[in-house]
This record gives sequence, C-alpha cells and structure tokens, in this order.
Amino acid sequence: MKITVDEEKCCGAGTCVMLAPQVFDQRDDDGIVVLLEPRPAEALRDTMLEAANVCPGAAISVDANA
Amino acid sequence: MTDIAPPTEVPRFPMSRAATCPFDPPPDLTSLREAAPLSRVRLWDGSTPWLVTRYAEQRALLGDERVSADATRPGYPSQAPVRGNRISFILMDDPEHARLRRMVTAPFMIKRVRQLRPRVQGIVDDLIDAMLAGPRPVDLVEAFALPVPSLVICALLGVPYADHDFFQDNSSTIIRRTAAPEERTAAHGRLAEYLDGLVGDKLAQPGDDLLSTLAERVAAGELTRSEAAQMGVLLLIAGHETTANMIALGTLALLENPEQLGRLRDTTDPGLVDSAVEELLRYLNITHSGRRRVALEDIEIAGETIRAGDGLIMANDVANRDPEVFDDPDALDVGRNSRRHVAFGFGVHQCLGQPLARMELQVVYGTLYRRIPGLRLATTMDAIPFKHDGSVYGVYELPVTW
Repeated sequence: MKITVDEEKCCGAGTCVMLAPQVFDQRDDDGIVVLLEPRPAEALRDTMLEAANVCPGAAISVDANA
Repeated sequence: MTDIAPPTEVPRFPMSRAATCPFDPPPDLTSLREAAPLSRVRLWDGSTPWLVTRYAEQRALLGDERVSADATRPGYPSQAPVRGNRISFILMDDPEHARLRRMVTAPFMIKRVRQLRPRVQGIVDDLIDAMLAGPRPVDLVEAFALPVPSLVICALLGVPYADHDFFQDNSSTIIRRTAAPEERTAAHGRLAEYLDGLVGDKLAQPGDDLLSTLAERVAAGELTRSEAAQMGVLLLIAGHETTANMIALGTLALLENPEQLGRLRDTTDPGLVDSAVEELLRYLNITHSGRRRVALEDIEIAGETIRAGDGLIMANDVANRDPEVFDDPDALDVGRNSRRHVAFGFGVHQCLGQPLARMELQVVYGTLYRRIPGLRLATTMDAIPFKHDGSVYGVYELPVTW
C-alpha cells in the first residue's frame, strides 16, 4: 500500500491527522499536510481509505496494490 | 438564470421544521431529497437555484473546480439582500481563498489544538463549578454554552473577553435571518471597526495570538489591514456561535434521548465521547441554511444539466440524513461512526476550525453530564425558543436544573 498527498489540493482541515497521526502531520506555518509514512502497515488499510474518503480537498491517494 | 417552471411549482427555500420534531430537517426538504438528488427552489429574491439534497451529489459538487463560492458572481444564491459584506475568504475562490486561509490555519492544526486542551478543560470545569455554586434553574446558554467557545476563541485570537457582550450581540444580529439588511450591515461594520482597532493595537504591541500574526502580515505588506480585520470578524463569529449552539442544542438532544445520554455519561471510553461528537454534528447539522455556490461551467450530474451561472444550494442537513450513507439516519446513536458527515461542509472550504470545535465539544460532552449527572430541563420542550430564524440553528435559551 502506497500513500501520496497533493499539497496544492490540501486545505489544512486536519481530518487525516485526526484519523492517523502516525501517518499524517501538518506543516507548522500553514497547516498543510506532511506525509510521515508513505508505506503504512497493512493494518491501517481501512483507516487510509477513510482518510482519503473524508479528505475535503481530495488530496490523499491510496494505491492499495503498490 | 432561466426560469422554466411557473412560480407556483417551485417550493420556497428555506423551509420550516415541524414544530414537533425540532431536531429534524424540514419535512418538505426531506421529501425533496426522497424525490430527486437535484431540484429547484425559489429564494427571497425570486431566483430559482438548484437545491442539491443527496450526500453523493453534494460532495461531488463541493469538490468540483467548476463550482465557485464567489458571492459577487451573478447567479450566486445569496441568503439576504446584502451583498457588500464579503466575510473574507469563505466567499472567495482559489488561489485568493487558499492564500488567505493558509495565513490563519496554524492555530487550528490538530497538534496545536491538542496543546490547548488542558486550558479548555480548565475553562469548562470552572464554569461548571460556578453553575453548581449558583442558583437553579440556570440558562445553560448564558452560563455555559456561550462562554466556553467565546473564552477559547478570545484567547486564540487575542480579543479581550471583557468585550463579549458587544461582539456576541453584533454577531447574533449578523447570523439572524430576520434581521433587516441595514441592521446586519451596521452590526458587521461595528465588528469590522472593532477588529480593525485590535489589529492596530497588535501592530503596536504584538502578543502571542492570531491577530498579532495577522498584524505582522500587515506590517510585511502581505495583507491589508482591512483584510486582516475581515478575517478577524470571520474567525470571531465562526469561533463562538457554532460551537455554542452545538453545546446547547446537543445537550437538549441528549436530554430528550436519555438512553444515549446515559451511554455518554457512564462511559470510560474516550472513543465513545469522540463518536458522540461526530454523531451530534451529523444529527443536528446546525448550519442549516445550505452551502451556497454558483456554477462556472455547464455540469452534468445525476441526469441533470447545471448551466454555467446557475446557483447551487447544498442542503447538508438532509445529506446527513441520507439513508444511502447512514443506516437509520433519523436515529441518534452516539456509538456509530459518523465521521463522513458533511456538517463542516466539504471541498476546500470545509470548516477550518473543525479540530478546535471537535476538541471543545469532546471536553464539554465528556465533562458536563458526568459532573452534573442529574442535569434536566427546567421547562417543557414546547416552551424552548429554537433559532428557526438563525442561519445557524440552536436554542436562544436552555433553562436547566439538577
């Protein structure tokens, strides 16, 4: 599983950080997403799919087979 | 915009809730959702924008770059005859929206909000101590629901809490649907002048708060003083009105659903408090005036063609009761996973302050009913003044005792 984020699309709402602080963080100056773990553990699959689904800017992509 | 249907066939918007179901969206709105994902409604000015009622179509449109939040564009479905009050970036499109929004995002980040939590817990505990030591019954709005978020947003922005009567009065006028346009403009003007003065103070004497950060931007020439003041108005209003209404209306909904209140009060699981917050956000959806947009291009969706220049209203209250997304949607169930609700909106305009709002509500719902287990209504449901006339829903007063 591989996660990618698009900083341009991110609006800093923090929904991904709320769901998975071990995978996502926010930049100190403007709250834009920081990807801490591009290859999270398999156990986090559902959480990653939920994070992508609730992201208001559609800034998170999950490649489940990568 | 072209009118096709004769006026009599197009229902008026906003619609009225049923007096017997104060927590549910207006029945006519629910009927429109059941009939079709998109339909037409008639506004105060005779215009007939699209009303988008279902969850999937709302999310698709709110995330669509062909849809604009710019209230100055022709066809934008405005709530009232006032067009001059552009309350900062919520009524702008990218890149200008993103530029301004990113200037104020930092203090609302998850990690910053987490650091603020002990302070909010202290505020909540102190206000409960004062209620317990004071007379009964007490108005929960005045004694608790309004002070909690007002104290928090004042500290965060750097606004003196001593001025709370002034800013609460003016912001309640701005968000009252029935306020005369000139009344609303005057209230907005007073708040903008007040915030402009505070930005001036911070320029001279900066502190550790968001208005000081904005003042630095003004000094650096990245922001005009007027833009800084407008952002201050937006954050001050949004920072206390919405959360205050969620606290009071949420408490009332729980008192009317004692089994759910019991689960929340007796739990030792912080996860249940968190899910109760999301469920109450979904169930109550206090921003009940719809998210307003205008189409920039023709858009095909759900078998309809939205034309460039057509207005759009996303009724997020009925989307949060969409049975395609939430099982038994009209039931309040504090244990369910409601996190995909659209109470904070969707798309790049989704609520910036949501981490703060969530944390405040988690502290409140996790503390109030545990510390006052005998909390009950000191009046009857039919005597409660609901904010049917508010662009944000809630109650004006909530007399409680224990």
